[in-house]
Amino acid sequence: MSLRDNQFGDLKVPLTWTAAVALFVAAIVAIALLLSDRRETFQAEAYGVSRQVSDTVIAPVADVLSTPGQWIGMGVKSVGDYFFAVSENRRLKAELKEAQQWRDLAIALRDTNERYKTILGLKTDPPVPMATARVVTESRGPFANTRLANAGSERGIRDGNPVMSENGIVGRVIGVTKGASRILLLTDIASRVPVMVDRTNARAILAGDGGPNPKLDYLRGRDPVREGDRILTSGDGGLMPRGLPVGVAVKGLDGEWRVVLASDAAPIDFVRILLFQDFSQIVNTAELNRMQPPPPSPGLAQTVAPTGAAAAAQPAGTGAPPTAKPDTAAPPTIAPAKPAPAAPPGPGTP
Amino acid sequence: MSYSAAQPLTPWRWLGVPMLQCLAVTLLLALPFRVLGLRLPEPVLPLMVTFAWAVIRPSILAPLAVLFLGLFLDILWGAPLGLWAVTLLTAYGVVLASRNMMAGQSQPMMWAWYATVCVVAVAAAYLFSMLDAHRMPNLISVFWQLLATIVLYPFAHRLIDRFEDADVRFR
Repeated sequence: MSLRDNQFGDLKVPLTWTAAVALFVAAIVAIALLLSDRRETFQAEAYGVSRQVSDTVIAPVADVLSTPGQWIGMGVKSVGDYFFAVSENRRLKAELKEAQQWRDLAIALRDTNERYKTILGLKTDPPVPMATARVVTESRGPFANTRLANAGSERGIRDGNPVMSENGIVGRVIGVTKGASRILLLTDIASRVPVMVDRTNARAILAGDGGPNPKLDYLRGRDPVREGDRILTSGDGGLMPRGLPVGVAVKGLDGEWRVVLASDAAPIDFVRILLFQDFSQIVNTAELNRMQPPPPSPGLAQTVAPTGAAAAAQPAGTGAPPTAKPDTAAPPTIAPAKPAPAAPPGPGTP
Repeated sequence: MSYSAAQPLTPWRWLGVPMLQCLAVTLLLALPFRVLGLRLPEPVLPLMVTFAWAVIRPSILAPLAVLFLGLFLDILWGAPLGLWAVTLLTAYGVVLASRNMMAGQSQPMMWAWYATVCVVAVAAAYLFSMLDAHRMPNLISVFWQLLATIVLYPFAHRLIDRFEDADVRFR
């Protein structure tokens, strides 16, 4: 029986209405996905299997596609190097002269520092291992600023790992799969990074807004930042190691303090992913929170027992001599030798 | 290969092929390539085909294709999953509701319509991002993306011209 022979065969629905129904269904799916998305959290499972699978597919494809672009870039750079060799040489000589002064200062400071560390018995952070990766795709729009790098869980990369270019911090890893990791840039609207002003030690939160220069939020104190101040990561909250270069403070056109990112100084094609884990990430919080009930103290039974016996012999409130019959006497209200168990630790228990 | 007037228009020709072209160009524009220190622009190419599809004719498959394109953008660009899907579907809905007014308009007029729809779509994306991240996206970046998308209207017009009257059953 063909569709035309059916009793609904002559039923004609306007095409616009059927399209509207399809649109409605698609919109519900999209809205449900949008409401359930949590891409910026630290929970690895929030990134989702669909994104992990797509990243696994996109990364090698984009890796191949971006290779000619990289070759062209290198070619153009080598031609530029050839033409600007003399001026570059002059600039480098001046820079070297200045760097030599800094080197002497650094040696002296390192010596002083080591002496202080020895005197104080200070435990410093161990060196952070790194994984190098190539950026294969990037998004530059106002609503998402992320990059896909071609190294993933097989190199030990984990969610939350900070990412640096040769000039400064770029962002952090928000999703890892085999062979690819997604980097949330400092400029992304969902990015928040605790930073500090190098000169005054003032703390702030670097908040991205989709533009090239993220804002410094929650600045406190009188005159905490000046134009040209160097901004570093503060390491607060264990998100990133302390002291990574972020950029330079500038006053934005809107009157807000913003940061010209150090990583913007050169194209970001290769990145270093710091396999950093803060103490607060390593520590087993569940283990720390598990409180054993205290053992019964041996002296407690002896000290409480006579009181209990006295209470049993003398009902409270009467003050009368112990004339009550044994079968009407109130039972002891406390069990002296058995202490009450400790309350189970709640979520807020330290 | 000739397309005679009697040949019915298969969805593959007016939905499938433009969708694949759109995906390929979007992927190419997402490569980290700088020319003289300047980065490639980032237009929302799927807005172009979304507009064209809704103008060409109402279809059940088109919203599903738009949903797919939106989810692809979200995954490729690392945006919240569903952001561009909702945005593109908003644009499709706007065009579907007002396509009677667009019928038979000249190219400059359609360009103006397209610009209006782009502004509505990006405003929707702006609103959704604001609700999601509790922060206002940078307006200058929004403007550049909008501009890069609007200047690409001639490609959408080519698609509309090619397929608006391609199927005699819809004359």
